[in-house]
Amino acid sequence: MSYHFTIDHQRYQFNDLKALLAKASPFRTGDALANISARTYKERVAAQLALADVPLKNFLSETIIPYETDEITRLIIDDHDMANFITIDHFTVGQFREWLLSDETDTAKLHHIAAAITPEMAAAVSKIMRNQDLIAVARKIEVVTKFRNTIGLKGHFATRLQPNHPTDDPKGILASIIDGLMYGNGDAVIGINPASDNPLAVLKLLALIDRLRTQFDIPIQSCVLSHVSTTLNLIRKQAPIDLCFQSIAGTEKANHGFGISLALLTEAHEATLSLKRGTIGNNVMYFETGQGSALSANAHHGVDQQTCEARAYSVARKFNPMLVNSVVGFIGPEYLYDGKQITRAALEDHFCGKLLGLPMGMDVCYTNHAEADQDDMDNLLTLLGVAGCNFVMGVPGSDDIMLNYQSTSFHDALYLRKVLGLKPAPEFEKWLIAHQIFDEYGMLAKHTNLGILKNLDVLWKS
Amino acid sequence: MEELENVGKQPLLDFNFLKELTDARIGLGHAGTSIPTKESLNFKLAHAQARDAVYTPMAIVALSSKLESFSLPSTTLYSKVKDRTEYLQRPDLGRLLNQRSTKVLSDEIKNCDVVICVADGLSALAINLNAFDVIKLLVPKIQQANWSLATICLVMQGRVAIADQIGEILKAKLSLILIGERPGLSAADSMGIYLTYRPKRGLTDDSRNCISSIRKGGLSAELAANKIFYLIQQAMGKRISGTGLKDEYES
Repeated sequence: MSYHFTIDHQRYQFNDLKALLAKASPFRTGDALANISARTYKERVAAQLALADVPLKNFLSETIIPYETDEITRLIIDDHDMANFITIDHFTVGQFREWLLSDETDTAKLHHIAAAITPEMAAAVSKIMRNQDLIAVARKIEVVTKFRNTIGLKGHFATRLQPNHPTDDPKGILASIIDGLMYGNGDAVIGINPASDNPLAVLKLLALIDRLRTQFDIPIQSCVLSHVSTTLNLIRKQAPIDLCFQSIAGTEKANHGFGISLALLTEAHEATLSLKRGTIGNNVMYFETGQGSALSANAHHGVDQQTCEARAYSVARKFNPMLVNSVVGFIGPEYLYDGKQITRAALEDHFCGKLLGLPMGMDVCYTNHAEADQDDMDNLLTLLGVAGCNFVMGVPGSDDIMLNYQSTSFHDALYLRKVLGLKPAPEFEKWLIAHQIFDEYGMLAKHTNLGILKNLDVLWKS
Repeated sequence: MEELENVGKQPLLDFNFLKELTDARIGLGHAGTSIPTKESLNFKLAHAQARDAVYTPMAIVALSSKLESFSLPSTTLYSKVKDRTEYLQRPDLGRLLNQRSTKVLSDEIKNCDVVICVADGLSALAINLNAFDVIKLLVPKIQQANWSLATICLVMQGRVAIADQIGEILKAKLSLILIGERPGLSAADSMGIYLTYRPKRGLTDDSRNCISSIRKGGLSAELAANKIFYLIQQAMGKRISGTGLKDEYES
């Protein structure tokens, strides 16, 4: 079905919902590269005005990638919560925005309708929202997940400790982990991107973190971010897998490029659950996403990159993940050119993920060929803190020496907690205080306790 | 400076032994909860070096005159990209020669065995510092093996796949492209070399073999030249490149 809007006798026509969504998207280089973005400023606003008048019901009858050819479209349609859709089924996209912003729409109401919102509805409403709208609505949503600790509670803010090393050297990785723990990082997960997907190397790292965790009785979870098939094989060998990781995208074809399908993810999810390693909860999956991944795999079907990203969240929510984060600035300037585009995309991803019911964190990051720097990341980190983001990365000095990009540092997390009065995950904070890393007020202790540095010898072994 | 280092920082105590275990930025200390001044500015310096590398132009004249003194002809070519801003936003245009360069190249001698291309990529600094050193070691090996060499193509604002079009126009059996890699904080001058057998437009990365991190302090020019020559021999012998060709070079 086609859509149109007329401004000063000029009629703007959009051939279908897919084209309308693309042209209504705030400008980013990836959509221009795909040749699907609006050609003028005015055309973009015309598309947004037209989109604001589209009834939410249309999104159920007009799929942007055919049901027959894409298993994610099938997932979106088949899992849609019709019963709770009643609350919002009479709205247009524009009215939906106002309902989301309304003071009567609180945390409970938003939780109630999460499964009644499709990714395309979330993407659509985000396109007509300003940054402050994205923050104001996301802030109302609370998505709490549990494994050995509790992530996502209001007033709390966690980090994934990311101790990567270019050759997966266990000692080098352990050094970064200890440094991070000393700065109160790692409550979301200690998550290592391995340089090699070799199962033995992965197993070595898993065993290392497991020994550290049990020796010091730290209420955290670990993850080595290898391919899901590698993890699945390790689970069969009874490896100490806490969280199962996978990168996911929003089209079947893009996921095929990642070497995954919904069936494989289901298998991995069930296998990880069978290990029963969570002590207070059963959220065992960790997903990463990022705008532009479908386009870079030439698997976007002419759908704009932000809508593709939102569709990836429908994959994530099927598996009740512990953590989901968009690696927003990693992909490079041909998709998100500068600090402004990265910031906008990050706020969209956080908003859409939360609206769809996901425990969203963000990798606040950039590469050296993007038009961005630490100041842009400071701004974005602060905005995400206000928006109630569940977690960010904690990388030593912001410099990931394996992946060669810049993310947030251990210090950044402390800054954000301090200026916004946020606490680590409650179980982890208790541990930090018990080990005198934090003082009783939850601030970094005056005198660093180095107890954890003693008896490290056992950790170096094997 | 020492005084500056100590302002507001906690003593590092035993952290120093951890710092020896990794190049990661650990044991930084803290001012309040923030990174101390010197570390904060050191980080900025590393980023500035990386940014400058992205915007450094390739020293084409210097490179071509060095090649000339080595009796190697070269041809300067341009991609369809207008400037760096467009280069960063339109990888598709960086993979294609502009019209004029396409014509210039069509007049060159064809049906050679190997064409060597050199492109700025994301760090012309890497090319300015490393390209000639590798070429002067590699070319004699190629000549000794009796493979004919096309004019060396120096490409401004080029991406890896532009060597496909160049190889296709020249009808070369095999193309190499020396290209500046995305600069990191620890190294802004790393060069990569991509090898493609029977280059033609439309190929993807799985048709290529790659050697990366060529720089002083990384993979040396000598080792890089040996490795790439080994890969050329393998590719010529098996008439393939890419995922079907494993890099089993023993250094």
